[in-house]
Amino acid sequence: MARRDNRSLTASLLRVALLGLVAGAAAFALPGVAVAQQDLEAFDFGYIGWNDDPRYSEARIEREYQGEPWGRPVDGARVAIDEARFPGMAAGVKFGLEEQLVANTREVLDSVRAMRDAGTRFILLDLPAGTVSRVAEEFAGDEITFFNVAAHDDRLRGAHCQANLLHTIPSDAMRNDALAQYLVSRQWNDVLLLVGPERADKVVAKSFQRSAKRFGLKIVGTRDFVLGNNPRERDKNNPKLLTSGVDYDAVYIADTQSEFARNANFAIQKPRPVVGSAGLVPQAWHWAWIRHGARQLNNRLEKKADRHMTGYDWAAWVAVKSIVEAVQRTESTDYAELASYVRGDEINLDGFKGYRMGFRDWDGQLRQPMLLGTGNWVVARAPLDGFLHPDNYLDTLGFDPRESACTLANDKKGS
Amino acid sequence: MRFNRSRQGRLALAAALLAASPALFAAGTGNLYVSSEDDDVVTVFDGESLEKIDTIEVSERPRWLAFSPDHSKLYVACGDEDSIDVIDVAEGKVTDRLTDIDDPEIFAIGPDGKHLYISNEDDAQFTIYDIGEKKIVSQVDVGQEPEGVLVTPDGKTAYVTSEVANMVHRVNLDSHEIDANIVVGNRPRRFALSADGNTLWVTNELSGSVSLIDTQTNEVSDTIDFKPQGFRPEDVTPVGIKLSEDGENAYVTLGRANHVAFVNAKTHEVEDYVLVGDRAWGIAQSRDGKQLYVTNGLSDDMSIVDIAERKTLRSIPAGRVPHSVVIDTAAE
Repeated sequence: MARRDNRSLTASLLRVALLGLVAGAAAFALPGVAVAQQDLEAFDFGYIGWNDDPRYSEARIEREYQGEPWGRPVDGARVAIDEARFPGMAAGVKFGLEEQLVANTREVLDSVRAMRDAGTRFILLDLPAGTVSRVAEEFAGDEITFFNVAAHDDRLRGAHCQANLLHTIPSDAMRNDALAQYLVSRQWNDVLLLVGPERADKVVAKSFQRSAKRFGLKIVGTRDFVLGNNPRERDKNNPKLLTSGVDYDAVYIADTQSEFARNANFAIQKPRPVVGSAGLVPQAWHWAWIRHGARQLNNRLEKKADRHMTGYDWAAWVAVKSIVEAVQRTESTDYAELASYVRGDEINLDGFKGYRMGFRDWDGQLRQPMLLGTGNWVVARAPLDGFLHPDNYLDTLGFDPRESACTLANDKKGS
Repeated sequence: MRFNRSRQGRLALAAALLAASPALFAAGTGNLYVSSEDDDVVTVFDGESLEKIDTIEVSERPRWLAFSPDHSKLYVACGDEDSIDVIDVAEGKVTDRLTDIDDPEIFAIGPDGKHLYISNEDDAQFTIYDIGEKKIVSQVDVGQEPEGVLVTPDGKTAYVTSEVANMVHRVNLDSHEIDANIVVGNRPRRFALSADGNTLWVTNELSGSVSLIDTQTNEVSDTIDFKPQGFRPEDVTPVGIKLSEDGENAYVTLGRANHVAFVNAKTHEVEDYVLVGDRAWGIAQSRDGKQLYVTNGLSDDMSIVDIAERKTLRSIPAGRVPHSVVIDTAAE
């Protein structure tokens, strides 16, 4: 993409006007913004997802599981593209979006190549952690930045982190740290942990164990659950039996499929809250969040997609927004300049959550508040009062430089 | 409708009589009017004693307030009922409603008193509305979440902020077209214009700053950052702004940082921060220029600030979620 002159639309209009005056054209009028639109340079984002993604099956979307996507996050990206119209005009570009739905990893790689060859430099990946990792690796060294908008897996920000990969969706660690802060603030210190049969469930449970240790929660028991009504497995599929014989302040459920968790709320032995995959759920966004302009953003997504906005939509929205912000502030479309600005300390990203946000230079994760929500309300926003960090309070959520297994910015770790 | 229709005739007569005796209006009553979002009322305070003297019921979620140029009417944006209510100041009641205005938040009145200029937050539009005809004259597409509106004293130009696009649009009020887009800080909110018309002040809520725009070149000439001690940058959220009548000072409400910044309008230096209530937004200056009134949206009160002493004298209850405060001063 060609480097543009560092000048605002206003300035160029003015220059034209001055020229007009010099030429003695008395009736010269400022050209309207509509005229200038024809000269806009195309600036496209890419979006890649599975065409047959079980998360978006009609049946699953209808259930509106807490913490799960309720539609493809590309809708969030589309809202951001609409919002970028005027900033684009001022910078001399027209932002656009190319959506590709594919069947397998090979097709993902082909799509990225095609996008790259067409000049697309910023690509949103709505793909599982393993595929995200593979794709970023394949294009290491290319002029492409990928945005992970769907995979929470901590390892993508840790041992498997990559320089060309930014994460706008929060990590499991960030979500669990937010929840742990809340539990500690309520003095609900004893937690019973229920873990599902999926491999991803174990990953989430492990992440919660880290958060529990970090904030001083006590895990009073860890029990595996299975789905079903098989009477021979009642001790594993019945929420009441699974939660009896032990005392606790809250039950954390690690259930990436959400079906068991949804049913467990109010069905456990004791009158205690359920948290994690149901009940009180930490998320990047919630449709009932109303502060900091959230109501208007929710309205825009609802208008666009005819459904409520989720954390996944937010992640895609803010990914596009981060690059638009970089274009606006650098007055440039040069890849190196944008890639550096978006990762830098100077960026002041407005995520409608009330904090100034930017990307962590040690692992590419967007630092952001977490919203702790029930089905229809946001109970709290983390970081909660009293949880402090020497550099940035948002860094009480997730891996800070000292804890990170990512080696992208080793110089940060000595401090 | 909440007002009593049968009284309209009498009110019109009263207004006509009052308008015929301008001397009565010249000084204004000095009363303070405060909108409270969650009570659906505008509360009236005596300008001297600061006693509550009246409560005027309005439509749902009243926010922005502005007087007609002759101060006979007070317009109230009521977002949840898509209405701008019209309060007859002499009568102290809503006597008319301008309806079907989508989610109005902030608006300005033209110098001739005939037009309203409104930002429609949800539709990314700037609406030019004819008060006499009660109809929309024109709508201009602007960046998402338009907020602050300012019309120049000559009535020829309007400025509108877009909170999402991080810019100020300059709208030509003859052609109803945008003729300049000026990139400012993040989440620009509200305006103040210097008396000579050359400098436009814009608060940037998320950047914690004010941008100064040179209205001749349409470029940002300076940026003032606010850093009150003991506050996290994300809590420093400037929204309201007021330039003193003498043009010497600017007062900026800092939102969640619970302070008003005192800025030297000539040197652009921040001279002081004065503690007020929680989420300070609305701001007005008293008739004698000695006090500031600041509405605090999250502590449900209004701070009375002594300008010379640079301290808050007291706070008075101002309804639930007080949004804006205006003073019935001399007619313009």
